[in-house]
Amino acid sequence: MNQRPENRGAAIDLDTVSKAYGSFKALDAVSLHIKPGEFMTLLGPSGSGKTTTLNVIAGFTDATSGELLVGGKSVVGVPAHKRNIGVVFQHYALFPHMTVGRNVAYPLALRGVTGAERERRVRQALDMVKMADFAHRYPSELSGGQQQRVALARAIVFDPPLLLMDEPLGALDKKLREWLQLEIKRIHRELGTTFVYVTHDQEEALVLSDRIAVFNRGGIEQIGTGRELYDEPATLFVGKFIGDSTVLRGQAATSGDETALAISGQTVVTDKRLANGGRPVMLLRPEKLALAPRGAADAGRNRLAGRVGEAIYLGSGSKYEVVLADGSKAIVRSTLEAQSFAIGDEVDLLFAGRDVKLLADDDKADLTLT
Amino acid sequence: MSALEPTTPSASKRAGWAWRPFALTAPALLLLVAVLGYPLLTIVLRSLSEPQWGAQNYVWFFGTPVNLTVLQRTFVISAWVTAVCVICAYPYAYLMTAVGPRVRLALVLCVLIPFWVSGVVRTLSWVILLQDSGVINSLLRSAGFDGVRLIRTQTGVVIGMAQVLLPFMILPLYSVMRGIDLRLMRAAQSLGARPLRAFFTVYLPLSLPGVYAGAIIVFILALGFYITPALLGGPRSTMLSTLVQTQVLSLLQWGRGGAMGVVLLVTTFVLLALAAPVMRSRHREAGRR
Repeated sequence: MNQRPENRGAAIDLDTVSKAYGSFKALDAVSLHIKPGEFMTLLGPSGSGKTTTLNVIAGFTDATSGELLVGGKSVVGVPAHKRNIGVVFQHYALFPHMTVGRNVAYPLALRGVTGAERERRVRQALDMVKMADFAHRYPSELSGGQQQRVALARAIVFDPPLLLMDEPLGALDKKLREWLQLEIKRIHRELGTTFVYVTHDQEEALVLSDRIAVFNRGGIEQIGTGRELYDEPATLFVGKFIGDSTVLRGQAATSGDETALAISGQTVVTDKRLANGGRPVMLLRPEKLALAPRGAADAGRNRLAGRVGEAIYLGSGSKYEVVLADGSKAIVRSTLEAQSFAIGDEVDLLFAGRDVKLLADDDKADLTLT
Repeated sequence: MSALEPTTPSASKRAGWAWRPFALTAPALLLLVAVLGYPLLTIVLRSLSEPQWGAQNYVWFFGTPVNLTVLQRTFVISAWVTAVCVICAYPYAYLMTAVGPRVRLALVLCVLIPFWVSGVVRTLSWVILLQDSGVINSLLRSAGFDGVRLIRTQTGVVIGMAQVLLPFMILPLYSVMRGIDLRLMRAAQSLGARPLRAFFTVYLPLSLPGVYAGAIIVFILALGFYITPALLGGPRSTMLSTLVQTQVLSLLQWGRGGAMGVVLLVTTFVLLALAAPVMRSRHREAGRR
């Protein structure tokens, strides 16, 4: 922790990394470049390959093929204990027979750091996670959040250039999780270490990350900042996984630069067209949709008839689930000033053609979130 | 307990409830008093009263060198048996935690089946294996080696007793090892520990409660072993139980036999008391608070 934060992190390069278990491909030619000091989140549903990727970087799992560079050096075949990478696990993994202080001192003892220097660094790491008063406690005497902070201190005390976190907040309740997210962000800022963070929680990914890699079925769907993923999803899967979204499917017709979808006898149009073929679907964000009483809407906008299926008051506004004529559901967020509706109201769903994301349909994108 | 809870009625209720566990264990307690407490008391009394009141049996015990030699040997053999059991049981119990349920069942059966065979029969099969013209020596000779003397030696006794007592070491070890989170080993490796180091700093300390539990059971059972040392041992590997048997059944010296039993019991208590601080694991107590 003596170096300056700017040059402490290591770059990570995965080049067509694959991992197969028999005929099942857990990872299929994944390539990912992580910049030094970056906070990169691997986001995806369970079984999407994000944890396998983390385990490959940590050295717990050997890739079947591909190249992995940490700080520019290949670590393929290097055992986990020689990689000098900090890992924080979802289940804390503190040693129950050691006090907090000895847990944090453990990696230092392995590196031959002794005496006053070891004590100083243990204290410094515990200070950073605000657990210095607990050095003489045993893990079983701490709450889940406290244990995870100790685990974090233990993973950073030996100054690794890379810190891996595998759903570290997964076992904690919401309030604690939100607070610890801010703590992790602060620690990342103070350390300047490269962080690779695995989660299935898209909100958590948006809060924490510089960039997010969205995983699905053993591959990466898209890499980008939270804003890029939300505003410009490259695939239907990303559009549905990040944020709330409404997906419209129908008979597609393309003319010139326009694409029209016929949905239950009504037609909606956008001034976009799909670049590389495929069956087009429209993806709309909740704040880009508006509701009006049936038939009262102005012309010039796309209009779909529906009925309010669910109305939720959020304080800052309202959220509606609107059931369309073809049975599909749209999610609409409206501001406080907008007219409010009740369940069962017949409404028109309105949106502008330019707010539509036109994406290729993909039956793999239908996720059941657990 | 919440501060809002009315304390007086619930406290009195609890006091009433507090007796229920004792009521439920009454049959076991009565049995213990009847078959353990009473005979033990009788033995202590007889060791002090036969042939007349006084400490003469203890004076005799400690004044006869052969008794002290046998007492010491009893503890040495028991310690060896315990050590052999730890060394054999540790990898076996670990294997039981590492394999799938079917193989585990097979491993458990391998432990338990000999356990269901009578101790005398098992010991007699060891005689067949260990004797000078037995299986082991025949194999050694046909392989061109000199035979080794196993029967009626301390080594033979230790081998036989360890085999009989092995389940008592494997089962407590397995139950403790099953509870060890193997992901801790992965954590240790990520922190820089090579696998062997991770084992000695994480797995081994966490498995020690099982080692202690098994070691105490095996050691105490070994101290009182009679049949196996009697059949496999010779005059130079006599254990205290054999001496007790001689005094009581051959010489009808109940007082002396009783004194030997009391000495063995007291010595065992002293040794356990000395070992207790080592076996106490603070983190487990911390967890219970």
